[in-house]
Amino acid sequence: MDKIARIDMGAAGGPKVTVGDLGAYAGLGGRAMTSIVISTEVHPLAHALGAENKLVIAPGMLSGTTGSMTGRLSVGCKSPLTGTIKESNAGGQAAQVLARLGYAAVILEGKPEGDDLYKIYISKDGIQVIVDNSLKLLNNYPVIEKLRGEYGDKVAYMSIGSAGERKLLAASIACTDPELRPTRHCGRGGVGAVMGAKRVKAIILDDAGMKMRPPKDPDKYRDANRAFVEGLRKHPVTGQGLPAYGTNVLTNVLNEAGGYPALNFKSGQFEGVAKICGEAQAELEIKRGGSATHGCHRGCVIQCSGIYNDKDGKYVSKQPEYETVWSHGGHCGIDDLDVIARLDYMDDNIGVDTIEMGVTIGVAMDAGLAAFGDAEAAIRLVEEVGNGTPLGRVLGCGAEITGKVFGVERVPVVKGQALSAYDPRAVQGMGVTYATGTMGADHTSGYAVATNILKIGGDIDPLKTEGQVELSRNLQIATAALDSTGMCLFVAMALMDQPETFQAMFDMLGSFHGTSMTGEDFVALGKKVLSAERDFNTRAGFTKAHDRLPRFFYTEQLAPHNIAFMVKDEELDEVFNW
Amino acid sequence: MHVTVKLFASFRAGRFDVETADYPDGTTVSDVADRLKLPQNELGIMMINNRHVKLDRMLADGDTVALFPLLGGG
Repeated sequence: MDKIARIDMGAAGGPKVTVGDLGAYAGLGGRAMTSIVISTEVHPLAHALGAENKLVIAPGMLSGTTGSMTGRLSVGCKSPLTGTIKESNAGGQAAQVLARLGYAAVILEGKPEGDDLYKIYISKDGIQVIVDNSLKLLNNYPVIEKLRGEYGDKVAYMSIGSAGERKLLAASIACTDPELRPTRHCGRGGVGAVMGAKRVKAIILDDAGMKMRPPKDPDKYRDANRAFVEGLRKHPVTGQGLPAYGTNVLTNVLNEAGGYPALNFKSGQFEGVAKICGEAQAELEIKRGGSATHGCHRGCVIQCSGIYNDKDGKYVSKQPEYETVWSHGGHCGIDDLDVIARLDYMDDNIGVDTIEMGVTIGVAMDAGLAAFGDAEAAIRLVEEVGNGTPLGRVLGCGAEITGKVFGVERVPVVKGQALSAYDPRAVQGMGVTYATGTMGADHTSGYAVATNILKIGGDIDPLKTEGQVELSRNLQIATAALDSTGMCLFVAMALMDQPETFQAMFDMLGSFHGTSMTGEDFVALGKKVLSAERDFNTRAGFTKAHDRLPRFFYTEQLAPHNIAFMVKDEELDEVFNW
Repeated sequence: MHVTVKLFASFRAGRFDVETADYPDGTTVSDVADRLKLPQNELGIMMINNRHVKLDRMLADGDTVALFPLLGGG
């Protein structure tokens, strides 16, 4: 990973590829790379869909090595959904392959004139940008099927569906899993719309002839990785719960805690959870010949994913994640896993963020476009998005736009991005992260649920404000660093409880690069990334007034705890005061 | 006193999803776990009536106890 490729899609005479050295970006990976490039190079007032914006694709610092869990790919840009800086990361095979090809970043710049659609083929022999108008308006599954006919099965694919081409603000970028399904998405913030604006439909990553990236100290790296894997296997979350049930194991936990946002955040509990919880989902998947245990990329030891089949044993989708089961399930009053899995497939195929899409459908239901619990209507509304009808374009631009168009007051977004499956009134620490995060509402950017609800890494009362600001601050810093390593965020579940596993990860980072990495270095990296992001957002016009939750979280009490969001504004303003 | 116990994830194997039973006065969360042969070191999340509690918390008539192993995701 000693080079950066810049592809000027708007160059005179056609797209132009320039490959250069890392320069000031040496040593960066993942979110550190995407956010520092965007903060340095993109005008903060640029239109997100214009030629001035850039799409930075970066493997993590340890991607492409023999290290476990290192397959996260970061994609960054100015977000068309939020107007803030954006980093969205995904699993799948892309990060490992791109890293082995030697690229610390591939940056799409400019914007072509005309309506030709391009694919980009990256191999050991270089980068080709090829017009392929036969892919126009195809969705992700057919795009990958078509490209596999041409490039085969020993490559990784990134692609956008019709939503990305139409520049819908909820559009995602799909990455293929080990079996070449386009199921792992850089979902949040409309990164797919930025790729679509640059008229890039797909990126084919072919690492034939390339080797694993070699560590500077191979023996120490091997030993550190071994200790790291042992730590993940022995922790009950990463070694048992996630492999057996996947992320949807959280449905019952949040519902019992009264923090499961039901029917567009009207209640903290949903009566249909028994039918859609992770326990029921895993049982059904196994019974139907699918799987409740599957890795989204090679080298994953947690295996939190799965395969969801229909009653005849035919593939429907990958195992819908907790957030997806919630957004299309409890949030919309739908308690049918078959419907939720079908919506998951539709989202992946059209290429939209399952969180934004599901939350939007719930907001549309609140507007009266459909009744809560009407599964057929939910499917029909998502079909509108895939068909690109005027209504579908509104819905495909997310919850905030949909709420405005249909006059809905209860719209659960911060900085234009939908909240996810944790009500901030019953999980006050999560509310701090939603409000203050640099990406808009994003549970992954400082997962206070761990300490508030799951009692991992400490114990803070979810219904009180004490300690929540400090918790969110520390988690946001650590997450910004972790998102830069290429490690899956779920390793944090073990790291927070097991200092020796945290140390093993530091040893991996140090021995790979022939340096040392300490806890202080890790914190400094996280602060550097967050500072770059906050600086970009400030220059883009964001102030502390944007670091707030929608008013209804302050004025409406949530059952069963009958509680509002209580963290004071001046406390929220202290999150980044380190 | 009547107490409803809900079990989740791996705790359900060989036990039940939900069961209402008689427990003697003075029963704690720890006693419930012992009666169900749930190793205390595997208890991750414990709630009574939707609020987190510790092992030594005493139960009252009509309480609903929810017991989970340590879980995560999201």
